[in-house]
Amino acid sequence: MKALILVGGYGTRLRPLTLTQPKPLVEFANKPMMLHQMEALAAVGVDTVVLAVSYRAEQLEQEMTVHADRLGVKLIFSLEEEPLGTAGPLALARKHLEGDDPFFVLNSDVICDFPFKQMVEFHKKHGKEGTIAVTKVEEPSKYGVVVFDEVHGKIDDFVEKPQEYVGNKINAGLYIFSSAILDRIPLKPTSIEKEIFPEMATSGNLYAFVLPGFWMDVGQPRDFLKGMSLFLNHVSTTNPEKLATRSNLHETATIRGSVLVDPSASVGENCVIGPDVVIGPRVKIERGVRIQHSTILSDSTVGNYSWVSGSIVGRECHIGSWVRMENICVLGDDVVVKDEVYLNEASVLPHKVIAVNVPSKDIIM
Amino acid sequence: MSFKAVVLVGGPQKGTRFRPLSLQLPKPLFPIAGVPLIEHHIDQLCQLSGLSEILLLGFFPTDLFTEFIDRCQKTYRVSIKYLEEPNPLGTAGGLVSFKATILSGDPNAVFVINADVCGDLPIEDMGAKIDSISGSSMLMLTTEATRQQSVNFGSVVTDSEGKVVHYVDKPTTFVSTNISCGVYLMKAEVIRQLDLPLNGDGIWLERDVIPQLAASGNLYALHTTRWWSQTKTAAAVLYANRHYLRLYKKRYAARLCRIGAQIIGDVFIDPSAQVHPTAKIGPNVSIGPNAVIGKGVRIKESIILPEAVIEENACVLQSVIGWRSIVGMWARIEGIPLEPNPNLPFAKMDNKPLFLPDGRLTPSLTILGSDVSVAPETIILNCVVLPYKELTCSYKNQIIL
Repeated sequence: MKALILVGGYGTRLRPLTLTQPKPLVEFANKPMMLHQMEALAAVGVDTVVLAVSYRAEQLEQEMTVHADRLGVKLIFSLEEEPLGTAGPLALARKHLEGDDPFFVLNSDVICDFPFKQMVEFHKKHGKEGTIAVTKVEEPSKYGVVVFDEVHGKIDDFVEKPQEYVGNKINAGLYIFSSAILDRIPLKPTSIEKEIFPEMATSGNLYAFVLPGFWMDVGQPRDFLKGMSLFLNHVSTTNPEKLATRSNLHETATIRGSVLVDPSASVGENCVIGPDVVIGPRVKIERGVRIQHSTILSDSTVGNYSWVSGSIVGRECHIGSWVRMENICVLGDDVVVKDEVYLNEASVLPHKVIAVNVPSKDIIM
Repeated sequence: MSFKAVVLVGGPQKGTRFRPLSLQLPKPLFPIAGVPLIEHHIDQLCQLSGLSEILLLGFFPTDLFTEFIDRCQKTYRVSIKYLEEPNPLGTAGGLVSFKATILSGDPNAVFVINADVCGDLPIEDMGAKIDSISGSSMLMLTTEATRQQSVNFGSVVTDSEGKVVHYVDKPTTFVSTNISCGVYLMKAEVIRQLDLPLNGDGIWLERDVIPQLAASGNLYALHTTRWWSQTKTAAAVLYANRHYLRLYKKRYAARLCRIGAQIIGDVFIDPSAQVHPTAKIGPNVSIGPNAVIGKGVRIKESIILPEAVIEENACVLQSVIGWRSIVGMWARIEGIPLEPNPNLPFAKMDNKPLFLPDGRLTPSLTILGSDVSVAPETIILNCVVLPYKELTCSYKNQIIL
């Protein structure tokens, strides 16, 4: 089988993390975001992955090629000269996708359990052109709701931001299509959700597969952290042995809830870490540090007695002592936060030194 | 020459801008740099040879000062008495009604000091100068203010010999950048001659006495450029704390702490306080008796009052932590520093109102009243917290009643 991943552009919503590396390489739970999808695809026998990109990123090509080789997957970069929307890239990569087998199309920002095997079985069972994975949300009014037959999955309608309740399942950004869909898509900017899916639904060719388990679009910092919590919770029930072990923690450090600590990281005495924390490779957490609901990316240091909550710390950052960070602070790479500084909802661009408080939402250029 | 001194301590109806720090303790007894506000005055007065007695004059109940006076008499080996005014009589009213007590023992001159000023007062210079002035006269300590701020004080115009030719209290328009420090030295005759009627709103030095002395050519000024400030608002205490700690370096270097924790700059720690060696304290911090400072605590530019507890890894910046208050682990108590404009020579602290014209709280230090508890891991930023509050979540820019 083949797959196409819609990588798109510069990942502006996840800035400042994406200013120094392409979004698919940003580590989510200590693994590049895209690698979660690639591994899941490889696991169900996908042998060719097309990355639909709208800009050339050498770093992305080099790094993903290494991973693809390791997974035994052939990687093809399909570059859009002009933005082609969410459907156009399929037309552009037509020659790579055509064939008897159905192929996957994934939105690159999505994190879930990737139950691709069940999806393929479902798709083969109904035998029509397309399958959309759908997921349940609490507030459907914010999304486009998929209205479908709960028994067989046949999609009747799409309602964008419904004013009254029509259903609570939304498009999860994971699809399986048969080659026939390619005849519906012209090589020009086209929206798969608005232009292609409705006509497929009308002709009875589109089915909904309800995703079991968690799902999150992690394309922006708040959702990145929410997705991290869901992911860690999922790991704690399915593979608890993958979560933090005490081997690289000081004996007086405490772990609360689900915490992932890279084996090369260190956590000092009297630290209290968790719930919902990811600590990346070679990260150094000094003494008496409290971290919760946060991701600390690789090679960063968090100084003595600091307090970090609901934040993402970029790579090679240096957080001083008695620093307090909260409410979705996002530090780009190589940011230095001086001792005793308070950051609240601060987005800090890479290579900055922060010496004064940021008491309310601000972007530090 | 022989001297006495009167410290005007006011009463419970005064010093309201000092709340909540004056809710349980008279403001003149509030500890700054580990020592009650008026003890700094007593200490400086006692450097003067020929001083026979210090009288605290005010309308607080006498017993509030008994313990303090007992201790100070022993420490400074000087007679100290409290004179209780039956009701507020004005800044000169008390001098009139206690004239006999003040003048008993026939001092040549009497210092009169407002308790709500602080500074490095040139007491000895004033004593020497009054000796050189003849007649029934008074010497007033003056200092420099900015043109803009001068109108908030008593404005003083002097001739080249230091004789005051004009005095006006808080003028509406600019008069002079020389201002009165609220520190006076009066020849005994000046007090003896005070016999103004005690009318409805009392007798006031600034209104009823000083302008007349200036007009009759009996008022002189001694100008100082040493540190001086008012301590009218609670926000002024950290500024006063910093400067009194600095003055310790000159006269009481042993009071400053050097060991027991990571100490930065000028720090006073009462010997009965417990401070963990991993705590980092300073600059400009005073920690009162029996306070407990835990592991990995950071305190900077703050006053920790007696018996307060700062738990592990907490951070206290630009704040006053009240008596017996408890700050939980990893909590952060932070205020916004207030100080005179450092870019203007002779700028003073502004006595800003609690609220800005748009209704927001004026950014200022954070003050926890007595017996407040702050939950672990919260932040209390730019808040004034009244006594006995239990704070279970974070607060910013609020007065918590």
